[in-house]
Amino acid sequence: MTDTEAPGSAGTHLPPADHEFTVRYRSRTRLVLRRFVRHRAAMVSLVVFVLIVLWAFVGPHLWHYSYQKYTPDNSQAPSWKHPFGTNASGYDAYAQVMRGTQTSLKVAILIALGSTAVGAVWGAVAGFYRGVVDAIMMRVADLVLTLPLFAIALVISSRSGGSWYWIAAVIAGLTWAYVSRVVRSTVLSLREKEFVEAARALGASDPWIIFRHLLPNALGPVIVNATVLVATGILTETALSFVGFGVQPPDTSLGLLVSQAQTAVDTRPWLFYIPGFFIIAIALTINFIGDGLRDAFDPRQQRVRQ
Amino acid sequence: MTTTSHGVREVPVTEAVLEVDDLSVEFPTEDGTVRAVRGVGYRLGRGDSLGIVGESGSGKSVTALAVMGLLPGAARVRGSVRFEGTELLGLSDARLSDVRGNGIAMIFQDPMTSLNPVHPVGYQITETLRRHNPDLTSRAARARAVELLGTVGIPSPERRADTYPHEMSGGMRQRVVIAIAMANDPDVIIADEPTTALDVTVQAQILEALQAARAQTGAALVLITHDLGVVAGHTDRVAVMYAGRIVETGSVEDIFYTPRMPYTLGLLGSLPRLDREEERLTPITGSPPSLLNLPPGCPFAPRCPLRREACDSSEPPLRRAGHDAHLSACHFAGELVGTGAADVFDTAGADSEALARFADTPPSTHAEEDPA
Repeated sequence: MTDTEAPGSAGTHLPPADHEFTVRYRSRTRLVLRRFVRHRAAMVSLVVFVLIVLWAFVGPHLWHYSYQKYTPDNSQAPSWKHPFGTNASGYDAYAQVMRGTQTSLKVAILIALGSTAVGAVWGAVAGFYRGVVDAIMMRVADLVLTLPLFAIALVISSRSGGSWYWIAAVIAGLTWAYVSRVVRSTVLSLREKEFVEAARALGASDPWIIFRHLLPNALGPVIVNATVLVATGILTETALSFVGFGVQPPDTSLGLLVSQAQTAVDTRPWLFYIPGFFIIAIALTINFIGDGLRDAFDPRQQRVRQ
Repeated sequence: MTTTSHGVREVPVTEAVLEVDDLSVEFPTEDGTVRAVRGVGYRLGRGDSLGIVGESGSGKSVTALAVMGLLPGAARVRGSVRFEGTELLGLSDARLSDVRGNGIAMIFQDPMTSLNPVHPVGYQITETLRRHNPDLTSRAARARAVELLGTVGIPSPERRADTYPHEMSGGMRQRVVIAIAMANDPDVIIADEPTTALDVTVQAQILEALQAARAQTGAALVLITHDLGVVAGHTDRVAVMYAGRIVETGSVEDIFYTPRMPYTLGLLGSLPRLDREEERLTPITGSPPSLLNLPPGCPFAPRCPLRREACDSSEPPLRRAGHDAHLSACHFAGELVGTGAADVFDTAGADSEALARFADTPPSTHAEEDPA
């Protein structure tokens, strides 16, 4: 009860006479935070995810081996000197996994942000205007969906020289259509709600309605999709790198590390399983965080999460 | 909005803020054209209040939406809607948007759905304020929002401003809707059945809030309702709509004490009254006609106890009945002087016949046995 703000009354803990609701006042930020904190899986995931991010971005500056520098130790098992071991060429796997995680995170987050932004606006506009606009926009989205993601990504990324932002852009350019379909269907039902008509009656313009009223109401599905996309992004990038069309050496990514280590699964398992573990950890934590965010941002959410 | 800043409204009585002329709305459907509104006209002076009553489907709401320019694109709207002399029909949506919420504001029926669930109510007021006053700082907008919430009778408005619609009761939400409507000091407020979705107990409070809003903004009011009691208490003039037309219009006194149209008479007769001892209400039997293919003649004729041949051949125009401002669309308006609903309508309506049938238990008492 420490956060109860006794309204105007000095020292009394009784609700004032004009306080006719039982809901205690909380600011929006605090409300969202409270709900998020209450979602235990999301909180744990957030902590783990932040640790991974810090480790991937700050770690390389503190670690005494560089991901692209040979060490005299070849094919060593994990030790205090090389916590994740070394590979056949003598690279320090710890430095490489850090670098790989960094690249994979950048790719995944760029994919999620890019395709969510494009897809959400695309779907909202199509769903809002319906008719011809909708038909044309959604056929374009359908067209993008029919393109085999992997084949296109292979073709384009093989020409782009394997830089991480190109790979991210290509994957985002092929996944936004999923988001747009989800958002469109949500907006189709939202646009018939009376508050849209009310907003119009107050002089709101079309863009205003789309961005201030429809998209905030579609936030739940959008966040869920974005988190799924982070996971998809990581896995797609992994797959691309695995077949050799993703990030190119000397740079590295988690997918590339797994790919390079596939021949060594039996002999030097640490080279294969450790980057694999990080792929799973990132995908999983992001999904839980998304779950928590969706619950937290939905003001109608009253359920108490365990 | 020119003279309002001086506080005193020295506007000549003749100046009209909202003039609706011969407005007609048609919806093309697969079965044919639905003529939802057929030549509605009214004139609203500054600060006037007009009640529009009628059954469901009589075109009340469609008229309001047509004035606001909020009808779907398929609707065909003809006639004229002038706001402060400017023709609104045919204006671009962008131009119309500057009038909506600023010159004319609308209050919707259901506060449960007309507020956006993901924004705090204070935000929804400031949004309206800033839409029409881009220079307003967020602090000033917030202060104004809190002030507005106070005006419509929301306790501890400072705190309520941060609550979400779902945390409020229906009555509170409708107050918020009223606060939003009055935010930009509109000249006309159109309230489309503002109390229908609410408990009877909070209706009076909402109407009070509406009055407070009018008192502060000096806005004219169009109150759409099917509750004659609400109209009697809160408007100066009344227009009764039936089958897409105004069938009688006049001051509240004209309509309630000297109705000149059988439909109005019927509506009044179907109203429970506490001040008179009446055993039964007088219902209007039948139901409103389909607006798809209206037959020629008076649309009320099939339900009208005074129906004559003239009623089936031509639709009566709205013309003077009694004094100048009292208009009625009935061929025989003159004959209705001094009559009450019970004189015209059969008090023993459809429901009492049905009841009587149950009461007469043995079938042998029925009339068909008599000739045998």
